[in-house]
Amino acid sequence: MNERIYEMINDHAFPTPFCPGCGHGILMGAVLRAFAELEWDLKSTLFVSGIGCAAWIPSPHFKADTLHTLHGRAIAYATGAKLFNPRLKIMVISGDGDLSSIGGNHLIHAARRNMDMTVVCANNSIYGMTGGQVASTTPLGSLTATTPKGNPDRPFDLCKLAEAAGATFVARQPVATPIPLTRTLKKAIIHQGFSFVEVLSPCPTQYGRRNALRSAFEMIQALKNSSVSLEKAKGMSVEELAGKVVVGEFVK
Amino acid sequence: MKESAGKKKKTAAIHLNQKWCKGCYLCLEVCPKKVFEKSADVSEKGFQPVLVVHPELCTRCQQCEMLCPDLALNVEKGE
Amino acid sequence: MGWKKVKSTLAPGWYFMQGDEACAEGALAAGCRYYAGYPITPAGEIMIRMVHRLPEVGGSFMQMEDEIGSISSVIGAAWAGAKAMTATSGPGLSLMVETIGYAVITETPCLIVDVQRAGPSTGQATRPAQGDMMMVKWAAHGDNEIVALSPWSVQEMYDLTVKAFNFAERFRVPVFLLADEAVGHLRETLVIKEEVKIFDRVKIPGKPPFGTEEMNGVPPMPAFGEGANLLVTGSTHDPWGFRKTQDSAVQARLTERLIRKVRDFKSEVIETDPHLLDDLEIGVVAYGFTARAALAAVKTLRTQGVKAGLLRLVSIWPFPDEAVAALGRRCRKIFVPEMNRGQIAGEMTKFTSTPVIPLSKTNGEVIEPAEIVEGIRRNL
Repeated sequence: MNERIYEMINDHAFPTPFCPGCGHGILMGAVLRAFAELEWDLKSTLFVSGIGCAAWIPSPHFKADTLHTLHGRAIAYATGAKLFNPRLKIMVISGDGDLSSIGGNHLIHAARRNMDMTVVCANNSIYGMTGGQVASTTPLGSLTATTPKGNPDRPFDLCKLAEAAGATFVARQPVATPIPLTRTLKKAIIHQGFSFVEVLSPCPTQYGRRNALRSAFEMIQALKNSSVSLEKAKGMSVEELAGKVVVGEFVK
Repeated sequence: MKESAGKKKKTAAIHLNQKWCKGCYLCLEVCPKKVFEKSADVSEKGFQPVLVVHPELCTRCQQCEMLCPDLALNVEKGE
Repeated sequence: MGWKKVKSTLAPGWYFMQGDEACAEGALAAGCRYYAGYPITPAGEIMIRMVHRLPEVGGSFMQMEDEIGSISSVIGAAWAGAKAMTATSGPGLSLMVETIGYAVITETPCLIVDVQRAGPSTGQATRPAQGDMMMVKWAAHGDNEIVALSPWSVQEMYDLTVKAFNFAERFRVPVFLLADEAVGHLRETLVIKEEVKIFDRVKIPGKPPFGTEEMNGVPPMPAFGEGANLLVTGSTHDPWGFRKTQDSAVQARLTERLIRKVRDFKSEVIETDPHLLDDLEIGVVAYGFTARAALAAVKTLRTQGVKAGLLRLVSIWPFPDEAVAALGRRCRKIFVPEMNRGQIAGEMTKFTSTPVIPLSKTNGEVIEPAEIVEGIRRNL
């Protein structure tokens, strides 16, 4: 496979701080593979991230310019870097809470402006690093550290949010299917304009443990079984789609 | 593994970096050919990593490599 | 790299300009090529001047969705290689506080102009105050050693903005220009010379960008896209930027160097402007627009037989402690007129045992010379 990805990482940063079975680790591999398959020189690529487990995907693991910022602010920092040096290729990698809660304002404005950057949202439906609190993406009814009786709120549909705000490439892929994930990431990277990829990435430690998904593999299986491709979903009824998540490339 | 006459035998070298492995066993569970087993030993970091026990059964599907969250697995192209 | 002289961005000569506009011109002269801001009174004119002038000098301008976005993008641009700035007032500065701390720990050079207005909170948007003097040093959590300058004229809105950028690049810190609505909206003569002296950040490829051998050094600063594989992070980090959140020795060294790299060299920054300090009995300390009234007041007091003199503070942080102590040794009382409830007066009591008497006025109007004269005569 791609030996190249081992040239794109800082060896001394491994093993990673991620939990065993963390979906973000799978995403990290997929991102590296995407750049490797595109034969992309990382010298003019800038990785920007916020705060949280997902924000640690590029920093300090990638052998490239990395900018590890403040909670929710990655896209704003990235905007300044891109405007001053438009030759930089920017990829923002951060979590669901970081990008859509505290960072929601920067997300929708950058999408509205169609800023040329790729935003990869590692969505584990929870605030993992801080101990498993409810997030804007946590499913209705889920148990979390701050919803011990079940989440009373509905989650965002991040892809619809990005699309409504004006993103010109919008997609969702689960880490359970790494080949379509890598393929979609490559398209998002090449896309000129604001590309948004929501990556469904299980958190066994904080989400799985509280919601009767006892192992990383069980979470990956559940994710795979509940993912329905866009094409297949078109032929399914509302009842058939209950409990499923539609994946694919929605805007391109 | 039985070979069909006339077909080249696929060999796959599976490189496992036990220092990076955290014993999540995604590779073990997802492998269609049961190449992996859990190690009884504990690594430096306190994990029980996997062991590659049947590399000859590997079909190069690379699911283990792509699903490993720790980049601990690398499946060589073989001929 | 380092000091150099460049041609001014405006043709040399005399101009009649507004303070905010002069600040924008000073920034361009210093080499500022990225501005991001959010609309706020009374800093708006700086942004408007920048949107017209930056494209003329090949810079980039951005109006962001809020102040946090503004200062965040300034830091992103700074690491992409720009001399970058934003301008705001109290409410916007409050929003920027977390990011100021980020600039401190990542040693990102940048300029933040605060055109102070009456507060607290929304207050009186169109009226002057000097209420943010302590905040720029203490608001961000943790220990911060920053630089802050206080202009008293349109000329200084230009000159001190140039100095502010130079300090930012020299020390790799966020620098504050503590203006106020009065000097920001004032129109006065501005003299532009042929050349301006500016400092460019030091670059030494291959050297660690976040640590030095010396306990008080300023590291060189690469930019994105130069192949440095930069590791910029707000977490505690080693000299290469590698996150070290469990290492006490790294935390100790970083926190000490961030303070000492400015404090040990504060003599390069500290600037005071003395008036009538010979044969002194009554000292007056003032800064910004208020110092204009204070100067008029001490002149009046002298004609009345009171041996008064003014020590104007041009730089606020690092605090001019020795200048204040020296003043205290030469007079029997020090009066401090301020458009706040005694912020600098309070700081001064750390450095002198001579009685410090605040003359506070916080009604949203400037302090008049007669008010200072009366305040001093009442307490002689």
